[in-house]
Amino acid sequence: MTAAIAAEGLRHDYGRGPVLDGVSLAVGAGEIVGVIGPNGSGKTTLVRLLAGVLRPQAGHVTLGGTRLDALARRDVARLLAVVPQDSALEFPFTALEVVLMGRAPHLPPLAFPRARDVAIARAAMARLEVGAVEDRALLQLSGGERQRVLLARALTQEPRVLILDEPTTHLDLRHQTGIYDTVRGLARDGGVAVLSVLHDLNLAALYCDRLVLLAGGRVIAAGAPAEVLAGALLAEAYGVPVHVGTNTVTGTPIVLPLPRLP
Amino acid sequence: MRPTHLTARRLAAALAVLAGTLVVTLVAATLIGPARASLSAALAPGGEATPDYAILFRARLPRVLLAAVVGGSLAAAGAALQALLLNPIAEPHLLGISAGAAVAGVVAIIVGADAASPIVPLAAFLGALGMITLVYLGARAAGRASPHAILLVGVVCNALAAAAIMLANAIVSYTQAQGILFWIMGSLSTQSYQLVAIAAAYALVGVAWIVRHAQDLNLLALGEESALELGVEVERTRRSVFVAASLLVGAAVAVSGMIGFVGLIVPHLLRLALGTDHRLLVPASFLGGATFLVAADTVARTALAPAELPVGVVTALLGGPFFIWLLRRSLVRALA
Repeated sequence: MTAAIAAEGLRHDYGRGPVLDGVSLAVGAGEIVGVIGPNGSGKTTLVRLLAGVLRPQAGHVTLGGTRLDALARRDVARLLAVVPQDSALEFPFTALEVVLMGRAPHLPPLAFPRARDVAIARAAMARLEVGAVEDRALLQLSGGERQRVLLARALTQEPRVLILDEPTTHLDLRHQTGIYDTVRGLARDGGVAVLSVLHDLNLAALYCDRLVLLAGGRVIAAGAPAEVLAGALLAEAYGVPVHVGTNTVTGTPIVLPLPRLP
Repeated sequence: MRPTHLTARRLAAALAVLAGTLVVTLVAATLIGPARASLSAALAPGGEATPDYAILFRARLPRVLLAAVVGGSLAAAGAALQALLLNPIAEPHLLGISAGAAVAGVVAIIVGADAASPIVPLAAFLGALGMITLVYLGARAAGRASPHAILLVGVVCNALAAAAIMLANAIVSYTQAQGILFWIMGSLSTQSYQLVAIAAAYALVGVAWIVRHAQDLNLLALGEESALELGVEVERTRRSVFVAASLLVGAAVAVSGMIGFVGLIVPHLLRLALGTDHRLLVPASFLGGATFLVAADTVARTALAPAELPVGVVTALLGGPFFIWLLRRSLVRALA
């Protein structure tokens, strides 16, 4: 079966040595793949390459088997949505206007959203519990609300592939799991392929089918959470000792950092 | 309840109100002036020979229409540049674009073009385009131009262009220098419907061009990466809108000289009133800018009659304080 999105031998540098070097991965429909790794390991660069915002210096990305650089931006936007870490918006667009922008790739350039488009946008906002702030300016929302509005916009794009770049940075516990419950629903029921960058290894263990561990721009481990979240691997990648236990409720790994001096 | 998003009905209603206001302003401005003129006398049979007719239809109406076209062009260009540069204080004058147009226009006049010929708008358009390209490339580092850098480079380019104009003034003959000064200082005074028609044609093309990209401008306001991810061909859109804005600013400067602040105030007030969606904001800015400049020019004609103020003085006196208020407001918000 063709992967929904796949990367083959990606290499990129910003002029000071490679940030990513020979990274390959694939995400199938309905699958959630987590990308983990320390700061500066190339996670955000990987997201930008997969989204086609940057062009790789070597290797390529395929979307449903077609090379990304052979597709028009609009065609890519109908298949792939990205949830950024945050949004720096200078203008007072309302939350609903921002979410409705997710329909843009599906509409002719000068068309207004139809009733159906507005319904899709409102359903996504309701699902993420931001329906009540639809008439507020995005700038005025809290960091957590803004992040959920940005995810609602990505859902409104109705993509086949969803890429999330640390979408839970500003969120409390309830909304962290809320976002990933929503994402899991999309993957299980909608067959959406999900790739998410995560800092929180415990969330990664809870929600991801597979994990890819990046360090120094290379994949140093890939596989089921129980294989990748191993003490020795993590200690090597992050440079700190960790304790890996088991969540007795879900049976998934738990990762706790350990102080360097006892 | 506050409107949550733009619909075709809301767009039509807002534009109808603005167009109505413009028409009323156009009529009022044509009737107001230091010299008394009777509309009924001018329109009576044989009225074409009356002084009333000459005042209303040969002196005032072309000037009022030119003010509308110029004000509309500057405001629409301002709205587009603000979206494109992700910067609510971007304005054709601050960025040196008008100055670039002025330099090219001056060169055309020195080389021998008549100030009223279509060559001067063309030269001014190329000057505006050249300047906007210079500012953009000058501010671009590592593949992206930050709004901050564009503003700084724009201010410097503005000063350079001003120096170039003074240099030209210093080296040409006295008569030519007078002609240049007269042209730069700007005035909407015209008796030529042909000039109005030429400026209107430039404005129509420019505004239509920007409106075609209005949804892309909305998406660009989210940032370059988000715009790309939502399907916008960012570089193509940028180039296209820059060219259209240059067309508008170049033509406006060519027929009226340097009139500041219209491109700043009008889109701002309208954004506060109507929201940020550029499918509405750009045409609304054209209508609002037209109304604003017609009103400002009426003040310029009548405030110290029979003397006439340069209209740029009126817009700057209104616009300067507004600009400071705007900066303070965003500062206060940033620190809050």
